[in-house]
Amino acid sequence: MSTHAVKRTSVSLQQKPSFGSVLWDWLTTVDHKKIGIMYLAAGGFFFILGGLEALLMRLQLMYPENTLVSGTTFNELMTMHGTTMIFFAAMPILFGLINCIMPLQIGARDVAYPFMNALSFWLFLFGGILMNISWFLGSAPDAGWTSYVPLASQAPSGMDFYVLGLQVSGAGTLMSGINFMVTILTMRAPGMSLMRMPMFTWTTFIASALIVFAFPALTAGLFLLMFDRIFGAQFFDVAGGGNVIIWQHLFWIFGHPEVYILVLPAFGIISEVVSTFSKKRLFGYSSMVIATILIGFIGFMVWAHHMFAVGMGPIANALFSVATMAIAVPTGIKIFNWLLTMWGGRIRFTTAMLYCVGFIPSFVMGGVTGVMVAAAPADYQYHDTYFVVAHFHYTIVGGVVLGIMAALYYWWPKIFGKKLNETLGKWNFWLFLIGFHLTFFVQHLLGLMGMPRRVYTYLEGLGFETGNFISTIGAILMAVAALIFVINIIYTHTRVKEIAEADPWDGRTLEWATETPVPFYNFAQTPLVRGLDPLFIEKTQGDGKMKPAEPLGEIHMPSPSILPILLAFGIFIVGLGFCLHSFFDNKWISYFIVFIGTVFSLLMMMFHSIKEDHGYHIHPNDYTNKGVGM
Amino acid sequence: MQSDQTGVLPPHPEKATLEGRNKILGLWFFIASDVVLFASLMGTHLALRGSTQGAPGPQELFHLEYVALMTFILLTSSMTSLLGIKAMQRYQFKQMQTWFWLTVLLGLSFLGLEIYEFYQFVIYHGLGFETNAFASSFYTLLGFHGAHVTFGILWVVTLLIRSRSQGITTYTAPKFYLFSLYWHFVDVVWVFVFTLVYLMGKVG
Amino acid sequence: MEKKVGFEGTMIRSNWRLLFLLTIVPLLLTGCGKPFISALNPQGPVAREQYSLILLSILIMTLVIVVVVIIYVYVLLKFREKPGQEGYPEQVEGSHKLEITWTVIPIILIIILAIPTVQSTFNLSENPPSSEAAAESDALLIKVTAHQYWWEIEYPDYGIVTAQDIYIPTGERVYFEVTAKDVIHSFWVPSLGGKIDANPGLTNHIFLEADKPGVYHGKCAELCGPSHALMDFKVIALEPSEFEQWLATMSDYNDAPQTALAEQGRAIFEQSCIACHATDGATKSPYPNLAGLGDREAIAGYLKNTPENLKRWIENPEEVKEGNLMPSATELGLSEQDIDALVEYLSQLKLN
Repeated sequence: MSTHAVKRTSVSLQQKPSFGSVLWDWLTTVDHKKIGIMYLAAGGFFFILGGLEALLMRLQLMYPENTLVSGTTFNELMTMHGTTMIFFAAMPILFGLINCIMPLQIGARDVAYPFMNALSFWLFLFGGILMNISWFLGSAPDAGWTSYVPLASQAPSGMDFYVLGLQVSGAGTLMSGINFMVTILTMRAPGMSLMRMPMFTWTTFIASALIVFAFPALTAGLFLLMFDRIFGAQFFDVAGGGNVIIWQHLFWIFGHPEVYILVLPAFGIISEVVSTFSKKRLFGYSSMVIATILIGFIGFMVWAHHMFAVGMGPIANALFSVATMAIAVPTGIKIFNWLLTMWGGRIRFTTAMLYCVGFIPSFVMGGVTGVMVAAAPADYQYHDTYFVVAHFHYTIVGGVVLGIMAALYYWWPKIFGKKLNETLGKWNFWLFLIGFHLTFFVQHLLGLMGMPRRVYTYLEGLGFETGNFISTIGAILMAVAALIFVINIIYTHTRVKEIAEADPWDGRTLEWATETPVPFYNFAQTPLVRGLDPLFIEKTQGDGKMKPAEPLGEIHMPSPSILPILLAFGIFIVGLGFCLHSFFDNKWISYFIVFIGTVFSLLMMMFHSIKEDHGYHIHPNDYTNKGVGM
Repeated sequence: MQSDQTGVLPPHPEKATLEGRNKILGLWFFIASDVVLFASLMGTHLALRGSTQGAPGPQELFHLEYVALMTFILLTSSMTSLLGIKAMQRYQFKQMQTWFWLTVLLGLSFLGLEIYEFYQFVIYHGLGFETNAFASSFYTLLGFHGAHVTFGILWVVTLLIRSRSQGITTYTAPKFYLFSLYWHFVDVVWVFVFTLVYLMGKVG
Repeated sequence: MEKKVGFEGTMIRSNWRLLFLLTIVPLLLTGCGKPFISALNPQGPVAREQYSLILLSILIMTLVIVVVVIIYVYVLLKFREKPGQEGYPEQVEGSHKLEITWTVIPIILIIILAIPTVQSTFNLSENPPSSEAAAESDALLIKVTAHQYWWEIEYPDYGIVTAQDIYIPTGERVYFEVTAKDVIHSFWVPSLGGKIDANPGLTNHIFLEADKPGVYHGKCAELCGPSHALMDFKVIALEPSEFEQWLATMSDYNDAPQTALAEQGRAIFEQSCIACHATDGATKSPYPNLAGLGDREAIAGYLKNTPENLKRWIENPEEVKEGNLMPSATELGLSEQDIDALVEYLSQLKLN
C-alpha cells in the first residue's frame, strides 16, 4: 500500500496522470486538504447558484408591480436562495477552509476521522444536488428557508426535496462537527495547549460544538415535517390535534445557533488576518476565547427572539429580549479587540486585509440592528419586514461573506499554491463592499416604511419604489464583483506560473510553516509549539523554522476509499425515494427505491466495518522534504 | 497492532491507540447530539400528548406491567453488554462473545415486545400513526428509540461476526467498547421514555 | 418633526432626495414614509410607544457606531505601514483595563435599553377585558380570521361579519382576537402598531388605537403562499359618532338590489356565488361576506375599487391574485352579460 501511494505521488510530479486516475484520486480521497478543496469548489458553485436566484428576485423587485416572475416562482427563488446560501454555500465554504487550514494550524497530519470526513463532504454534495433536482421535477420548495408549517406541510412536492435534501446534508454536517471537535481536542501538536490555539481553530471548535448540539433539533423537526407530508402524521395539522408552533421552536433552536455556526469561524478568520497584516499578536487573546465561548453558550438561549410576534406572552418575550441583548457584550469585546490589534500595528492593506477592514463596520451595523430587533415591542414593527432582511444580510454578508472572502485571499496561496491577483482583488473588494451597502442599507428603511419581507411585488405609491431600485442596483454591483472574483481565479490559475512562497504574508501560525504545495502528510515531523503564534515565536526568538517534536520516522496515513461516496450515494437514493412518493400512484414504488437505498447503504457500512484497513506507512526516504516544513 | 508487536497486552485495549481514543470521544459527542434529538422528540410528544381527539389516550392504552417488563429486559441487556466489556478487558474472548450474544437476544426480545405492543394499539384500539397528533408523536418517539435498538443489534452482530477469528486486539476492542457505550445510551433514553411517556401518561 | 417626506415625482428627483436623506439619517428618522403605512410615522399610542423604543435604540446604537468608527478611522489612518519600516511593532498581549471598559459600557447601554423594553413588552400585552367586563366598559372587540389571501372581520358584540376593511372608532383602544383558518399569517398595521401572528388553531390578542380618522394600510407579514404580497387590508378609523352610524348600517344591512340590472345580478349571485359568499353583513360565509363591497377600499385586497377592476377580478381571479380559490367566470359558466349584471349588483352593495 505504501509504495503504491508514494509511486502515485511521485508519478504525478513527473508526468501528467490520466484523467481517469485523477478523477479516481479525488473520488476516493480522504486527505483533508483535497476534501477542503472539494468543499470550496462545490460551495462556490452553490454560492453562484444562490446569487443568481437573489439577482432574479432583485430584478423582479426593481420596479413596483413588476411581472418578471410570478408569485410562486418568486417564493421558490426566495426559498432556494436562503436554503442554498446557508446550507450549501456558506457552511460548505467554511468547512472547506476549516478542512484545509485547521489541521495545519494545530500541526496535525489529518483530521481525526479521515474516512468520515470524506463521507461528510459527499453527503453535503448529494444533499445539495437532491434539493436542486426539485427545479427539474415540477416545483422547487417555496415555503421560505424557515419553512413554517402548515404552509410547508401543505406545499407541493418541491418541499419534500427541501426536507430530504437538508436531512442528507445535515447528517454530513453533524459528522463534520464531531470530526472537527475530536480533531482539535486530541490531534494538536506537542506544546499546543488549548490556550495556544489560533483563533480560527478556537472558533471552529465552538462552531462545531454548536453543530453537535443544534443540528439534531433541525433533524427532529425535519422528520416531523417529513412524516406529516409523506406518512400522514398529524404533528402540524390542527384538525388532527397538531400544533403549528412546535416547528418554529425546533427550527429556531437549531436556527439561531446556526447563525453563530456561520459567523464564529468568520470571526476566527478576521482575528487571524487582522493579526497577520497588523504584524501584531491578537489583542486580548484570552478574552477573545472567552467571548467566543460565551457567544456559543448564550446563542442557545435566545432562539425565541425569532418568534416575538407568535404570541408567546410578555414573560417569554421579555426574557428572550434581554438574553438576546446580552450577546452584544461578547460581540462588542471582539470588535474592540480587533481594533486594538490594529492599534500600534503596521497595517498592510492587502485584499485580505481590506476585506477585514470592510468587515468591521459592516458587521457592527449588523450587530447593532441585532440589538434593535432584540427589543420585543419594537420588533413587533421590525419582524418579518425588510428591516430584518437588512439586519441578517448585514451579519451574514457583512460578517460571514466578507470573512470568507478575506480567508480566500489570505489562504489561497497555501491551499492552491498560487497567489490571487491583488489588483483584481481590490476591484473585487470595492465593488462588493459598495454593492453590498447599496443593496442592504436602504432595506432597513424599506422595512420601517412598511414593506414586509418575502413579497414578490409591491404596489406603486406606497413609497417603496426608490429604495427597491437602489437595492437592485447594489445587487447588480455585487454580481459584477463576484464575476471579477471568478475572473481572478481563472487568471491566477492560467496566467500565473510561479508557485506561491510558503509564507507569503509573513504569517504567524503553523499553516505557514508547511511547504507550498502542502505535502499530503502535512508535516514530515510534527512541530513543537512554544507558544501562541508559534511560527512568529520561531521567527523572532529562533531561526524562523519550527523545531520538530519527534525524530524522523515513518508516517502513518489513512488509505483512500471509494466507500464514502458510495455510502453517501446510497443515502441520496433513500432521500430521492422519499421525495418521489407523490410522483407515483402506487407509493410502494417510491418505498422500493427507499428500500434499495437503505440496503445498499447498510451493506456499505458493514463492508467498511468488516474490511480490515489499517492505513499505510510512508518511509522517510519518500518525503519531499525533511524537517517540519520549509 | 500494538499488542502483537510488543507482546504485552494493555489493560484497556479500547483506549490503547489514538484511533481508539478518538472514536470513543467522538461517540460521546454523537451521544450528546442524540440527546438533543430525543429531547426534541420528547418535547414534541409532551406538547401533543393531550391531542387524542377523542381516540384512546395514554390512560386506556398503557399497561405499566408490560412496559416494566420491557424496561427490565432492556436494562438487563445493558448489564450484559457491560459484562461483555469487562470480559474484553480481561481478554476473555469466549466470555465476551457470550455476553454480547446475550445482549443481542435481550435486545431482540425488547423489540418483539415493543412491536407486539404497537400491534395491540393498532388492532385493538384502532390507534394508527395518522389517527391524531398524540399517536403520531408517540409512534415517532418510540419508533426512533426502536430504530436505535435495531441499529445497535445490527451493529454488534456485525462486530461479533467480523471479529470471530481475530479475537480481542487494540483494533477490535474499541469497536466493542463503542457499541456498549451506545447501548447504554439507548437504555438511558428508554428510562426517560418510560418515565415521561408511560408513567406520566398514566398518572398525569 | 419633518412630517411627510414624499416619494412622488420622477425617479431621478426622488433618488436625489433619498440620497440626501441618507446623509441625514437622524433627521430622516423623525418622520419618514407615508403616514398611512410607515412605522416611522405613528398614528396612535401603540405605534408611538414602539416608535419611541425604536428611536431610543437607534440613539444608543448610533452612539456605539460613532465610537467604533472614530477608533476605526484613527487606527486606519495612523497605523498604516510606512515605507522603510522594518521588524515588528511591540507585541501587546492585551489590557485588562480596556477590556473591562468595553465589557462594562455595553452592559450599561444594554440595561438602559432593556428596562423600557421589558416595560413596554408588558404594557403592550394587555389581554382584552373578559366578556362581562367588556359589557360594562364597552371596549370594542374585533375577531380577525386570516385566510389565504383575505381577512375575515367579525364584531361579535354586534353580530357583524365583513371582510378586508376594519372599521374602528378613533381615540379608543380596540381589541383584536386574531387567528387563521389555513396557514400562518400575520396581522400588521404599521402606522397603528406592530404585528401579531395569526396562527391556525390558536388565538392571539392585540390592541390598537388610532388618534385621527383615516385609512391605514394593513399587510400580511408572514409568508402564506404565492399571493402573500397582495394580502392587504385597510383599517378605517372614524369619529366615534360616525362609527356608531357604520355599526347601525351594518347591523341591519340592506343588500336588496336597486336597479333592474342589479336585480338580474342578484339572481345570478344566488345561483353561482351564494355557496361561498354572503352579502348580509352577518353570516360567516366560507369566503368573504360582501356587505358594503361597493364602498370597500379595494378589490381583491389591492386593486382600486372600480367596476372595471371588479369585472376583471370576477372574470379571471387567478390572473389578479395567484393561488386564490375563486373559480373563474368560465368555470362558473357566466356570460359577459351575467358578469355585467353581477358587477352592477355588487357595486351597489354600499354603506348607506
